[in-house]
Amino acid sequence: MSFSSFVFYLFALILLGSALRVITARNPVHCVLYLVLSFASAAGLWVLLEAEFLAIALVLVYVGAVMVLFLFVVMMLDINIERLREGYWDYLVPALAVAGVMVVEMLVVLGGRYFGLLEMPQPEAVAAGHSNTRDLGRVLYTFYAYPFELAAVVLLVAIIAAIALTLRSRKDTRYQNPSQQVGVRKADRVRVLNMPSEKQANGS
Amino acid sequence: MTFTSNDLMAAAPLVLLLALTCGVLLLDLLLRDEQRQISYVLSIASLLATGLSCIAFRVAAPLPAFNGMLVADSLSALVGATLCLLVAGTLAYSRAYIRDRGLFTGEYFTLVLFATFGMLVMASASHLLTLYLGLELLSLSLYALVALRRDSASAIEAAMKYFVLGALSSGMLLYGMSMIYGATGSLQLNAIADHVVTGHANPTILVFGLVFLVAGLGFKLGVVPFHMWVPDVYDGAPSSVTLLLGSAPKLAGLVLMLRILVEALGAQPVLVEWQKMLVILAVLSLALGNITAIAQTNIKRMLAYSTISHMGFVLLGVLSGYGGGYGAALFYTIVYALTALGAFGMITLLSRTGFEAQMLEDFRGLHERNPWYAFVMLVLMFSLTGIPPTVGFYAKLTVLQAIIGQGYLALSVYAVLLSLVGAFYYLRLVKLMYFDAPSAEAPPLLSTPATRALVLANGLGLLALGVLPGALMDWCTQAVLSSL
Repeated sequence: MSFSSFVFYLFALILLGSALRVITARNPVHCVLYLVLSFASAAGLWVLLEAEFLAIALVLVYVGAVMVLFLFVVMMLDINIERLREGYWDYLVPALAVAGVMVVEMLVVLGGRYFGLLEMPQPEAVAAGHSNTRDLGRVLYTFYAYPFELAAVVLLVAIIAAIALTLRSRKDTRYQNPSQQVGVRKADRVRVLNMPSEKQANGS
Repeated sequence: MTFTSNDLMAAAPLVLLLALTCGVLLLDLLLRDEQRQISYVLSIASLLATGLSCIAFRVAAPLPAFNGMLVADSLSALVGATLCLLVAGTLAYSRAYIRDRGLFTGEYFTLVLFATFGMLVMASASHLLTLYLGLELLSLSLYALVALRRDSASAIEAAMKYFVLGALSSGMLLYGMSMIYGATGSLQLNAIADHVVTGHANPTILVFGLVFLVAGLGFKLGVVPFHMWVPDVYDGAPSSVTLLLGSAPKLAGLVLMLRILVEALGAQPVLVEWQKMLVILAVLSLALGNITAIAQTNIKRMLAYSTISHMGFVLLGVLSGYGGGYGAALFYTIVYALTALGAFGMITLLSRTGFEAQMLEDFRGLHERNPWYAFVMLVLMFSLTGIPPTVGFYAKLTVLQAIIGQGYLALSVYAVLLSLVGAFYYLRLVKLMYFDAPSAEAPPLLSTPATRALVLANGLGLLALGVLPGALMDWCTQAVLSSL
């Protein structure tokens, strides 16, 4: 077994193990941390496939940004784990049956007969200094310009939808209006009273 | 790659709609609450302008653009114009409804416009990637629209169901697409078709991917056994959103199906495989849709099951496997979308502040309350049943002709019998409207010159199509023949 196969199996095992723990761990924070681990192992696999840009993007974007945000949300929420787990065992048997059938089907089709090295030969190795970041950038903004713009529109819709669904402007909320605060003059707030001085009553 | 003016020509309606949508989005920020009328009118105007531009920029021969990512052809022009008209009609019907329920906001209009943009992208896509992006654009906007009434528990529940099942079906569609890519090495529809015809693609992998594609498409169209979300979402969503969900996306779903199954995978040996799958889906949908609708007392649920049966009928046209059948399916879907627009639109018109007209009982004695509304509803129900001279009859006839011509005699007899079963619940509504007295506490009807004109235009338009269906039918057949 060559060294790269060894690394592949190592990452693959860690990936599968941590992915399994994501759905079986009892504590939601642990689930998120296992998900981080599985993303990191997937990034390792991508490096093996010489897709460095994707691997780095996965670590930077998913692990660095998305999962950290996720972790914050999970820690903030008061999740009732017992209620979430209700019916877990009831659904397990049919779910396993469906999953088993799908695994068998996929093994039949995805096995070496159709997608083996004979059918899908290994691509030629690229030169040492080859940058696939440059390649990706080149096709992304030329050949795939139209889908790229569409993806931007999808993100715009996601932003609008998220704001429309979560922004609540309640009438009874008290808030400060900075422009009004700045525009306040002394005369509005301070009233100088002219009171006649009083004679202090003689102490008892 | 080079960028030519042809690219912009082909994408002109899309560019126009996107620019106008962003314009409405920005302008709406500057408006006060009592000026929302402006963004409402501008949204409808944008849709109509885009619809006109689809006609104005139509091309005789398919014009590929952006390296085969999209194509402008007769199909995209016809479907694009119809979609814009349908969505504009949706907004026109739901004006009072959304105003009474605090939905008369810029977000609502822009999300509707973005959903339309997604549908137009699907209609003119010639690449699996753009098809999928258009579909996601449509679905994301619809999920948000269903959930937009945050204080309504049923709307939130409907949105959750729609979102989870929609995500699942998108996953299936993507998995199927990845298999097709594995077999053919391309995502471009014409290139896939070439690989299938020349026999370079492995049929086993193609069929394996096809199963997932058909399942995903079945979810999006809402046919049995992938129909579970349809009644719940139609019932739970605000009626104005149900109106949107029930009309235009059905047409977009059909185009998605035609593009994937016919344009990319329409040659033997794959053709016969998906024909078999569609026969099963159509048989189940016709039976379950028509029979379950009888038991409904809620009109939104009843129309939801009726949608399922009508989508089964559309599948009959698609599974005939030749140009005339695809044209018949397209004609049937356009007619169905126009009819559903009127029927769901009537539900929004009958609703008032604090009152949702969603039970069959709410239509009791409509003839006495407003004879014009009742008459148009009668025309719509006759059209859904398929009684001449309404256009529904002609639509059913062309689909049946198409499948009988291909030797599916038993299937066509079965479809006719189940349409007879369906006649029961459509005619029950007619009986409620004409022969029963209105209940005493029925709230006064909304009837302004604008709504009367809209309802009459919808009803008379369907009657006119029923008497003179030739032009639209020819257009549908020609669009399918020259594009697929």
